[in-house]
Amino acid sequence: MNTDKLASMLLVLAFAASGAVQAEEKAVSDSEKIEQYREMISDGNPADFDEMRGEELWKKPGGPKQASLEKCDLGKGAGVVKGAYAELPRYFKDTRMVQDLESRLLTCMTTLQGIPEEEITAKPFASDKKPSDISSLASYVVGQSKGIKMAVSTKHPKEKEAYQIGKLIFNYRAGPYDFACSTCHGTSGSRIRMQDLPNLNTKEDAQTAYTSWPAYRVSQGLTRSFQWRLNDCFRQQRFPEPKFASEATVALTMFLAVNANGAEYAGPGLKR
Amino acid sequence: MNAKHIIGMVMTVSLATASASVLAGSHDSKLEAKATAIIKRDFRDKGIAKADRVNQDALQAACSKYEDDVPDKLKAKLEAAQAKEIKWPADGKYMGDWKAGEKLAQSGRGMTWSDKPEDPAGGNCYNCHQLSAKEISYGTIGPSLRNYGNKKGMKEEVQRSVYGHIYNAKAYNACANMPRFGHMGILSEAQMKDLVALLLDPESPVNAK
Repeated sequence: MNTDKLASMLLVLAFAASGAVQAEEKAVSDSEKIEQYREMISDGNPADFDEMRGEELWKKPGGPKQASLEKCDLGKGAGVVKGAYAELPRYFKDTRMVQDLESRLLTCMTTLQGIPEEEITAKPFASDKKPSDISSLASYVVGQSKGIKMAVSTKHPKEKEAYQIGKLIFNYRAGPYDFACSTCHGTSGSRIRMQDLPNLNTKEDAQTAYTSWPAYRVSQGLTRSFQWRLNDCFRQQRFPEPKFASEATVALTMFLAVNANGAEYAGPGLKR
Repeated sequence: MNAKHIIGMVMTVSLATASASVLAGSHDSKLEAKATAIIKRDFRDKGIAKADRVNQDALQAACSKYEDDVPDKLKAKLEAAQAKEIKWPADGKYMGDWKAGEKLAQSGRGMTWSDKPEDPAGGNCYNCHQLSAKEISYGTIGPSLRNYGNKKGMKEEVQRSVYGHIYNAKAYNACANMPRFGHMGILSEAQMKDLVALLLDPESPVNAK
């Protein structure tokens, strides 16, 4: 990417952000606003920068063992990145677990590179102050599945069980507001304020929503991973915090990913 | 039944058919116990949101198990149990100040791990309901409450019913989406009265012609 393109991208973003405030007064839905941004920056997404950062981290020796991640098996064989995300989460024989992308990256970073797990899970998400390596790695890997059809398996008994547990978590009501995921994402055509809500029980909405994450969030100026997306949903659900890459988050991801099967993966996306 | 319900049902049915093989055994109590154990293990304290928030009361557990469609008999039982818990205002008055109610209705804050303990919770009303005509940024998860007072009047039984719904919507509809603002200690008695006034007071923007 050249500097001209970078400069024009930043200008467009600044314009889009100010436009968002004005548009609110005209009752334009958030989805329509986002469509406008997408058109404006159709030849680039700021998430590109995070993808590039992730690619470097993938290829460069790192951690106490000074190893790259090029031997990391994301499910399609050691080092195969192309199309790997479209088949995740999946069951892995070596860990005997169903793992999503970030959980699997965690395995590779700890085993291949020797980075202590706590060091990664202490701050797994990017902030204004500091990018997150595992999040950038995720951006790189998902980018290598762009245009590939989602084909997440439920053949292995553990995969099937993860889907079923994910569905139960999706409908699990608790906390001071009695909310489940399904409270906001279980009916079609509704919104919170001006924000349209996908009905993640339906194939169509699940496909559109799932295949557009991870995504660059214009309002935050950061590329956000799927684990972050779930984390922030639980925050708004008034739940306690889900542990990073935990079985609960992987099962929920499995439920959503399977519902999105058949759609072309389109991320990293761009969101308000 | 309206068109939205029918569309929703058709979608549910088609989805259920599409993934019937995967969904087999969805009322498996062993699996439910496993999911609950995983949830209890995999969430932790953050800020004011403590890990014990994932522990369900009887109502939350039943609504989760039946995906908000509990059998009629159980539904009536749950609703009666919730109704018994409503603490009605000791002074017998239900209406407060609609202006304070409007402010409260606008606020979507409260009870998340990023809220501070001293931050007061809002009513979150506009997140899900249309109220004042002037506020065009409103959600549609709940029904529109525009002109509510004009339609219902403000007899004491209406005021009491509105107060009861805000205090504990589940006393009227066991698996309603709406939080139990009084039951869960989210809003005070005075705040709930302000919201009753927002809905029913003829001067409130909700009832502006």
